[in-house]
Amino acid sequence: MKIFLTSVGNFGIFSGSVFTRISRKKVRFGELIRQMYRVGVDSLSVVDLCALFIGLVLVLQTSSLLARFGAEGQVATIVGAAFVREIGPVFAAIMFAGRVGTGVAAEIGSMVVTEQVDAYRAFGLDPVAKLALPRVIAMTVMLPALTAISCLVGITGGYLLAYSETGVLAAVYLDKALAAVTPVDVLGCLSKGTIFGLLIGLIATYSGFSTPKTTEGVGEATTRSMVNSVLVVLVADLILTKFFMLIG
Amino acid sequence: MSESKILVEVKDLHKSFGPLKVMDGLDFTLSQGENVAILGQSGTGKSVLLKVIIGLLDPDEGEVALWGRPIAELDEVELNSLRRKMGMVFQSGALFDSMTVYENLAFPLVETGVTDEEAISAVVRERLEWVNLAGAEDKYPSELSGGMRKRVALARTLAADPELILYDEPTTGLDPLTSRKISSMIHDIDERVKSTSIVVTHDLACARKVADRWCYLSGGKILADGTPDELFESDNQEVRGFLRDISVNPTTDSQAGPGASGTISSGKGS
Ligand SMILES: Nc1ncnc2c1ncn2[C@@H]1O[C@H](COP(=O)(O)OP(=O)(O)O)[C@@H](O)[C@H]1O
Ligand SMILES: [Mg+2]
Repeated sequence: MKIFLTSVGNFGIFSGSVFTRISRKKVRFGELIRQMYRVGVDSLSVVDLCALFIGLVLVLQTSSLLARFGAEGQVATIVGAAFVREIGPVFAAIMFAGRVGTGVAAEIGSMVVTEQVDAYRAFGLDPVAKLALPRVIAMTVMLPALTAISCLVGITGGYLLAYSETGVLAAVYLDKALAAVTPVDVLGCLSKGTIFGLLIGLIATYSGFSTPKTTEGVGEATTRSMVNSVLVVLVADLILTKFFMLIG
Repeated sequence: MSESKILVEVKDLHKSFGPLKVMDGLDFTLSQGENVAILGQSGTGKSVLLKVIIGLLDPDEGEVALWGRPIAELDEVELNSLRRKMGMVFQSGALFDSMTVYENLAFPLVETGVTDEEAISAVVRERLEWVNLAGAEDKYPSELSGGMRKRVALARTLAADPELILYDEPTTGLDPLTSRKISSMIHDIDERVKSTSIVVTHDLACARKVADRWCYLSGGKILADGTPDELFESDNQEVRGFLRDISVNPTTDSQAGPGASGTISSGKGS
């Protein structure tokens, strides 16, 4: 328990130090673009593949359930709402934590172990500003974009299956799917993406910087980054869902 | 500026990691132009001493002053500008493995705000020539041998034109021939740029080549400090024993040196 509280405390201090550097305008634009590009390229395909299969299986499950009530026509409503409110943000975040978060934790972790982070400091440079900040910002900006794309892919994927099962027309399906989504849902979806991206970014860079200088160190850091990211995302999702239900 | 300007002054340094006491009231002074070797067995805290000097580790107690300014009184910006007058060559090289050799060398220049591409390129090329690596610009660190990595690390540190250079075991893990070449390079560099340097090593040939003052570190203190001859003639049993042992059998890792136990006594856990 004491260890848990200490690491939460250290994480808080670390996050604070990242935020103070934002306000001091310490980030280089070129590096930020490079990180955003890398984050996007790394994760776009896995996030979309994941969304596609969830879209397919979701339609398969719901259409057979809805058929019992003679409400097959409502499949699109369920897929649209489910993706934008929950599945899109949460699954994109989990895949993102697995692909990008662990990559960042491993990258910074191996820089710690091989003294590259010490070399930054020995050159009089600030590793949090140079290494953590551009990655955290890139992840915060890119995850909502990836989330939006994954919602579209998931809903479209669902349509392909719905069409092959019931022959529903695209216009009808999309109309229903969109009708199920309110502006507050879209706001919630993008906010979740942003907040999850920020949390995963902070957890991944923190895990990297706190890598023990041992042979297993980097492995431990990546595992810790993944597990903690998923847990924190799920807890945050519960809180945010409640929040957007209240304002919706 | 007088010849005897003091660049580094460490007073009564204490540093522990948990129960392990690594520095126990160490005093050390380095004047401009001096080239000193720090000798001692593995695990006595030679790297820790360098890291305290360059500010990578904070002392538990005691004072470190650089260029006459106690670092405890400096803010981050002042400290970073002092660090830019120093360079450290890490034991592992600490090359940035996502960057080419050229980018590694350009890094300290770019990051300190040099924007003139031609000036950067000229410095990079010259430093690579100093370490006999002209033509290796586009290689990645993973494509280099151990000796080449050490030389790139050396060149990268030199790119920033440091006044004070700290070398952590520059020849450890290299074959005797490569070790000799690196020692000569360090010697030539000291001559060429008139740098002040601290070389941590347990390679006596290297220490002879690069330093005229030797310090022997043990038990968290400098046990002997003087010319090589003075150390060989030292009254201290342990110092003489270490030097004799290591010159008789230079390939033996100093871990197996005399009195390896007992110098750091307090609960070495792992
Ligand atoms: N960051 C650290 N955390 C914990 N222990 C450390 C750390 N750095 C060094 N030590 C310990 O301090 C002792 C001295 O280390 P070091 O200075 O690397 O020895 P050497 O003289 O071989 O360079 C060793 O026992 C090492 O395990
Ligand atoms: Mg060492």
